[in-house]
Parts: sequence; C-alpha cells; structure tokens
Amino acid sequence: MAINWFKYSSPASFYPLAGRMIPWAMAVGVLTGVAGLYVGFFVAPTDYQQGESYRIMFIHVPAAWMSMFTYIVMAVWAVAGLIWNTRLSSMMATALAPTGAMFTFIALWTGALWGKPTWGTYWVWDARLTSELILLFLYIGFIALQASIDDPRRAARAGGLLALVGLVNVPIIYWSVKWWNTLHQGASISFAKAPTMAAEMLLALLLVTLAFWAYTIAVAMMRVRCEILESERQSNWIYETVEGLR
Amino acid sequence: MFAAVRSVLIRDLTLAMRRRADVLATLIFFVIVVSLFPFGVGPDAELLRVLGPGVIWVAALLAAMLSLGRLFAGDYSDGVLEQLLLTPQPLAALALAKVLAHWLLSGLPLVLIAPVLGLQYGLSGEALRILVITLLLGTPVLSLLGAVGAALTLGLRGGGVLLSLLVLPLYVPVLIFGAGAVDAGLSGMGVDGHYSLLAAFLLGALILAPWATAAALRISVE
Repeated sequence: MAINWFKYSSPASFYPLAGRMIPWAMAVGVLTGVAGLYVGFFVAPTDYQQGESYRIMFIHVPAAWMSMFTYIVMAVWAVAGLIWNTRLSSMMATALAPTGAMFTFIALWTGALWGKPTWGTYWVWDARLTSELILLFLYIGFIALQASIDDPRRAARAGGLLALVGLVNVPIIYWSVKWWNTLHQGASISFAKAPTMAAEMLLALLLVTLAFWAYTIAVAMMRVRCEILESERQSNWIYETVEGLR
Repeated sequence: MFAAVRSVLIRDLTLAMRRRADVLATLIFFVIVVSLFPFGVGPDAELLRVLGPGVIWVAALLAAMLSLGRLFAGDYSDGVLEQLLLTPQPLAALALAKVLAHWLLSGLPLVLIAPVLGLQYGLSGEALRILVITLLLGTPVLSLLGAVGAALTLGLRGGGVLLSLLVLPLYVPVLIFGAGAVDAGLSGMGVDGHYSLLAAFLLGALILAPWATAAALRISVE
C-alpha cells in the first residue's frame, strides 16, 4: 500500500496524526531513558581515570548530539517552508527550536559540571564549548526573531531565511573557533579519552540518545499541534476534530 | 543597472552628508568604547598592548551594529524602500549599493581612525599595519552580514537588541581572524593565512549576502 505523504503536509490531516504519535514517542522516550540511565549509572564500569564523575557523559553527550542535529533538522524544515511555502514546515521549525535550545543548554550545563572534577574548572575556551555556546545564541536569535514578529506569515519566512543564513555559517564558525583555539593555547585540554569504550557505556549512550530523540519528537508534536490550533482557529475542521472547543 | 546602483549610492551618501551627526556618532561611539577599556582593566602598558587589537575589533563590531539599525529604517518609514522593490533593477544590486554606502560612512572612518587608537594602546608600527589591513578586509563583511539582519528586523519592536542577537554570533569568524592576525604577525607566524581567510569571507559575503538581504527585504516589506 502506498502512503500518500503529501496528505500529511496539510495541517488538518497532520493534526490527528501528530496526536497519535505523541503517546508512542513519549512511551519510547521514557522506557529507553530509564533503561539507558540504569545501564549508565549502575551497570557500566567505573572509569579508571575519571572515577564516577564520567557518568554525566550519559546525559551530556546525547544532549550535545541532539543540540546539533536538531538545528540541522530545524533549518531543513525552515528552508523547506521558505521554498515550497508550506505552512506546516515552518511550524515544525518553530516547534523544534525551543527543544534544540534546551538540549544546547543542557549540554553546556552538564559540560560545566563535568569539567569541574576532570579539568578543575567549570569553563575553558575549548573549541567545542565555544561553538556550542554560539549555537545557543543562534537558537535564541531564531526564537527571538519569530517571537517579535506578529504576522505569522512573515515570522515563518523570516525565520526560514535566518535559519538558512545560520546553516551556511555554522561550519564556518565551527572551523574558525577550532582554529582560533589551537592558535591560542594548543591542545592542552582535549576531549580525546581512552580510545576504547566498554560495551555497556556505548549501550547506555545509544539508549539515552534514542530517548532524547523520542522526547524531541513528542514535544515537537505537542508544540506543532498548538501552532496549528493557533493559526487555524478560523477554520471549520478544527471544531469538527477537536472536542470541547466551542 | 549600474546607473541605478550609482544613483542609490550617491543618494545615500548625500543624505548622510546632510545629517553628519549620525555618521560622527558612530565614529565617536567607537572611540569612546576603545578609550573605556583602560579604565576597566588598568593602565598597565604591557596588558594594553596585548588587549589592543581585540578591543579595537570588538569596538568596531559594536559600532557597526549601532549604525546598522539606520541602514534601511529611513527608507522603510518614508516609502522609498517600496519604490526600490518595484524597480526593474535586481534588488540584490540595489541592496549592495546601500551596503557599500553604509560601509563608506561607518566602516571606512573606523579603519582610518583605528591607527590613532592603536597608538594609545602602544601597538608597534607593524601591528598597526596589520590591524588596518584586517579592518579594511573585515569591516565590509560586517556591513554585508549586518544588512541581512537589518533587513530581517525592519520595523520590529526591540529591533536594535534583536539585530545584535541575530548578527553578532555570525561575526565571530571575522573577529577571530581579524584580531588574531595581529598576534600571529607579531609572533612571527605569518599573517598571509589570516589575510586570505578574511578575503575569502569578504568574497563569500559579497556574493551571498546581497541575495539574502534582498530576500529579507521582500519578506519584511510585503
């Protein structure tokens, strides 16, 4: 059976689909999250160099991955909205931005907490930390721009253009920061840890990453449903689909 | 097309000459910010020599930021921008003309006064030469990238703060290589790489930024 994907590019048919996805994504998120944290905190062996403090990695690394990945997904949706003028694509970008910003913040925060016992300082101007900080600024800029435009059509298109400009700039910023850091202080602190990782550690990392993925999907769907309700409040289908609105 | 570009350029320059205070305000802001740093960090000559290039570059970024708000705002409020959008000439070219005028009015004066401020920070002749060349290559990038942000935030409440939030993170590469060039030059590492990268940023921004600015203007004005 061929699925007509374009059917779901209309807010009216996507709204119920998003509603059906939320409980599943949440369930997957909670189950893999609990399992991943259990493996990470109780099963995985203690690191011979860093002791127990390394275990914050099981939140830090997936959050950092998600922060970068979410930006790319968000930018792709925003650009799709800009090119094809599809409302739903822009709504997806708007819905993803706060979650991406949250994961960026979590990555920075857990990174600082992890840095204190291992490096002896909360913050170093390491290339990765600095580019993660700039990524947070990019997210905040995107959210702030959309928040200050009242006209939803203009907000969607302006956000799309900004995300596109950001997408072109992200690699330039990343390599600049990387080169700047090596120019200044050399590789005094590097993330390169023991080359091999115990299988349990890898398993925990993957499980938590999956949990963050599922969480992002669930929360983005919730937010996109709110966006749809807000922008489609004039249409009739909303009153047929959603109970208790009248 | 070139006639249209030239007339937009001459118009912007003429308007600025009629209101010199605006142009001077940016320049004086730049001088004041640079002069404030010694009060903050102390008059130690050795420390100031190290901080100098970075301070001048950050002040240049902020000064560019300050003047960007006016890039399209006047034309937007009196309707000239809508006329520009309706002309048969490509909007990107007209946007480029406006950016060029902005750089001539707010970027070039900074480049010219930077050596004087560098002397206050005790920079050597070689350091001053590198500083001026990097500013000459870097400040047009600030105007080009900033124009995209200025066009996006046109007519929004809190536009100035929003503009800095959007644009300053994008300035990071220019800042890194602009301010880093002086260090690299003085420590004998050679500055050709920095010059090349700044020139690459300039060429890339010159090609891409006018299109993005034109698209942003269409979004904001429609």
